Amino acid sequence: MYEQIARNKWRSFLLIVGVLVLAGGIGYLFGYLFEGGLFGLVLALGIAAVGSFSSYRYGDRLVLRVSRARPASREEYPKLHNVVEGLCIAAGMPVPAIYVIPEQAPNAFATGRDPEHASIAVTEGLLQMMNRVEFEGVVAHELSHVKNRDILVGTLAATLVGVVVLLAGWMRWGLFWGGRGRDRGGGNPIILGIALLAMIVAPLGAQLIRFAVSRRREYLADADGALLSRYPPGLAAALRKIGESTNTMQVANNATAHLWFSQPSRAVGEGHSRVERLFSTHPPIEDRIRALEEM
Amino acid sequence: MLWVWIGLGILGFLLLYGILVFNRLVRHRNRVENAWSGIDVQLRRRYDLIPNLIETVKGYATHERELFEQVTKARTRAIEAGTVGDQAQAETEITRSLGRLLAVAEAYPQLRANENFLALQEELTSTESKIAFSRQFYNDQVMRFNTLIEQFPSLIVARLGNFTQREFFEAEEDSRGAVAVDI
Repeated sequence: MYEQIARNKWRSFLLIVGVLVLAGGIGYLFGYLFEGGLFGLVLALGIAAVGSFSSYRYGDRLVLRVSRARPASREEYPKLHNVVEGLCIAAGMPVPAIYVIPEQAPNAFATGRDPEHASIAVTEGLLQMMNRVEFEGVVAHELSHVKNRDILVGTLAATLVGVVVLLAGWMRWGLFWGGRGRDRGGGNPIILGIALLAMIVAPLGAQLIRFAVSRRREYLADADGALLSRYPPGLAAALRKIGESTNTMQVANNATAHLWFSQPSRAVGEGHSRVERLFSTHPPIEDRIRALEEM
Repeated sequence: MLWVWIGLGILGFLLLYGILVFNRLVRHRNRVENAWSGIDVQLRRRYDLIPNLIETVKGYATHERELFEQVTKARTRAIEAGTVGDQAQAETEITRSLGRLLAVAEAYPQLRANENFLALQEELTSTESKIAFSRQFYNDQVMRFNTLIEQFPSLIVARLGNFTQREFFEAEEDSRGAVAVDI
């Protein structure tokens, strides 16, 4: 557990450095090509630094907002509160903020930076579909992510990569207007070059996410969750139900996919597109179930 | 002269190490204490819920007077228990009779439609599992503490500081399993 925490902190650090380098590189190139000197570099680094800080401090709120999560009151969701509280007692950790997402697909995620600043969100579909033991399994899995700081890396990755993709988008936009406005003859090959670069930035960001959030962490959280709830079959049954569910997620996107309990597939048939595979963040459900059954 | 300094250095190092280990032992012992009181919190919550439940069920299930009395008596015994053993026994009795009471209540459709009862049922079920979870946490803490005490070299400091092993909480007739079946 302590090794995992240390590793996740190190990963978060590397992630921020990676984003700073990436943003700096883009900014420098941008400035170089448009004769803006170091201005582009400074601007990009500034934006990336502010982005890193705010995604550390407020990334959880952004993720919750994007997923359309709303606070779950105790009166309205007593069972949800009780299950989370019970498992937090077993784990000896503070109770995180609890959210519900109006979505029929059964899924859940946790976000935040440490156990003291954590949130857990579950979909309405999960609440309806799972019995208590299965539900406990899912919540225990998410609490394990909280405890071993997977949430820090995951939230940083989700929000920081958003910043990088935003920068890339702006650059393309700048190319379009800046390039035309100056109307420099012979600039076209260079501009084409940057356009290409801009196009690879998004996949690069995806690569960054994959580097930061190894798929092994899902197995680890499954195992820790099973240890916490002392009942591996509960989590296995929940995974099986999710695997059989045909509801698709509306609120998940590529930036947040890795945060969810099970890989959110956005629409039938889309699951095998190249981009989806690039963002494939979870091991197959069958493998996770098998691992749990072997416990 | 040199040897004196080396000796003093080693002594200082040992002392520092001893202090660190001692503090660690104290920290772990406090965690065990804290976990133990965590169980009490949940047990007290159950004491508080029982009168409410009986009050609610009474109106509908008039034939179950004996069962009510059993639960109430076990509760009183648990609250007034002088020794840990007595209390554990009474708690087991509460768990059993409460389980029976909730099972009996299932037979009264009016009760099952009563929102107050449903809320109480949810609270009691989750309190049962919270009791189990807090015991689980207590046992985890005891295990860590005991391991520390048994391990070399913290063993030496533990002996000197009079740290003694704590007892595990042995689950009576695994209450956790009972909860899983209930739902």
